[in-house]
Amino acid sequence: MDVLFGNLSEFLTRFGGTIGLFVLSAIASLILGVVLAAMRVSPVPAMRAVGTGYVTLLRNTPLTLVLFFFALGFTKLFFYLPFFLLAVIGLSLYTAAFVCEVVRGGISTVSAGQAEAARALGLGFTQTLSLIVLPQAVRSVMPPLTSVQIALLKNTTVAAGFSVFEAGGFYRAVNEQGGSTLVALLWVALGFIILVIPLTVLQRRLEKRWSVAR
Amino acid sequence: MADETAEPSGPSAGTPMVRMTGVNKHFGDLHVLRDIDLEVARGEVVVVLGPSGSGKSTLCRAINRLEPVETGTVEIDGVPLPAEGSELAKLRADVGMVFQQFNLFAHMTILDNVTLAPMRVRGVSKSEAQERARGLLDRVGIGNQSEKYPAQLSGGQQQRVAIARALAMEPKVMLFDEPTSALDPEMVGEVIDVMGGLAKDGMTMVVVTHEMGFARRAAHRVVFMADGEIVEDTTPDSFFSRPATERARDFLGKILTH
Repeated sequence: MDVLFGNLSEFLTRFGGTIGLFVLSAIASLILGVVLAAMRVSPVPAMRAVGTGYVTLLRNTPLTLVLFFFALGFTKLFFYLPFFLLAVIGLSLYTAAFVCEVVRGGISTVSAGQAEAARALGLGFTQTLSLIVLPQAVRSVMPPLTSVQIALLKNTTVAAGFSVFEAGGFYRAVNEQGGSTLVALLWVALGFIILVIPLTVLQRRLEKRWSVAR
Repeated sequence: MADETAEPSGPSAGTPMVRMTGVNKHFGDLHVLRDIDLEVARGEVVVVLGPSGSGKSTLCRAINRLEPVETGTVEIDGVPLPAEGSELAKLRADVGMVFQQFNLFAHMTILDNVTLAPMRVRGVSKSEAQERARGLLDRVGIGNQSEKYPAQLSGGQQQRVAIARALAMEPKVMLFDEPTSALDPEMVGEVIDVMGGLAKDGMTMVVVTHEMGFARRAAHRVVFMADGEIVEDTTPDSFFSRPATERARDFLGKILTH
């Protein structure tokens, strides 16, 4: 308990950083991932190629490397950004590749007749995708999509290695003050478990709400 | 819904509503449409009959280019159908289509199914689209189910909603691709009744079906297909009582004996 209460403000601020990283990256990765999935099913070959290339590159690269690139390379190549934002960008780009593949899997569960009916009514490709296919696709992949976002939440700890102030670095702060690293890690684990619970509750709620429609 | 100038009692002269000229299509090695020439006049009801695999569904789907064709042209109201793109989407909006599997949008209420295209494609206001949708749903007898989802309706009800959804676009022509083939027998009648009402109101219709009763009662013409070709194109009366070809006699023999 001393480990926690002796460093409570440190603990809470660091989890605040984790939540910040997660929320921003989750929103960005969901938007980008859906756009990428749309590109991968588009009738334009160049769009499909970009989508496929992106997924191949980002999904096959270790997250540590992606974050290394942004932490070390980005500022040198382009312009200065704080580490926090660089971490958000890296996490978003990396996670978007996984979101894309999950959503693309969802698209294949939507029967071809749905898109045909939309096209027969005069809706264009973008409207058919955004109004008919994607809403149903996302509904059908809530469990794996939640898993990808939970993985993102936990991946935020990788950013600790790049001087981002978040929960994964808590044990080091405790260690420097002579506290028990092991106990600190247990508290961090508990913190993450508590953070993930709302996500699973949200997933279950959405699944229940949308079950009628399928 | 019918064109104001159309004769309610039957087909009228002038530019045909649908004209297919020299249309060919293959599925791999299978020549599924062979040199199809077909004209459907304004206000005409054409029933397409034929054994399964004869190409009649493909013919129906080729009319609004859901099924791309290799050679030949398809014209709707004198305008040739362009390649895939926004121009094609605009022409498709004028062609209503009803599918065998209903294909109602599963994640939307019945009312939203019917109002979606008028609002998104035609730019009709929400209140106007809803008012018209309620009128159409009443007309097909689903008026009190508008807040339900498709999965909560029976097959017959879903198909009637699908007809209302197509009518909401005020189409020039309606295509029916085996609209009753996926229905339980006791629900076929309610869908056929709605279609009969449309035919009576002067809607131009192309109907692929196995419902011989509908063909006899409502059709102005019967087109019989076999092996990708139009084999006979005649009145229902002469088709059913004096089929001209061996293939038509064979087909009628099979379906009318039980």
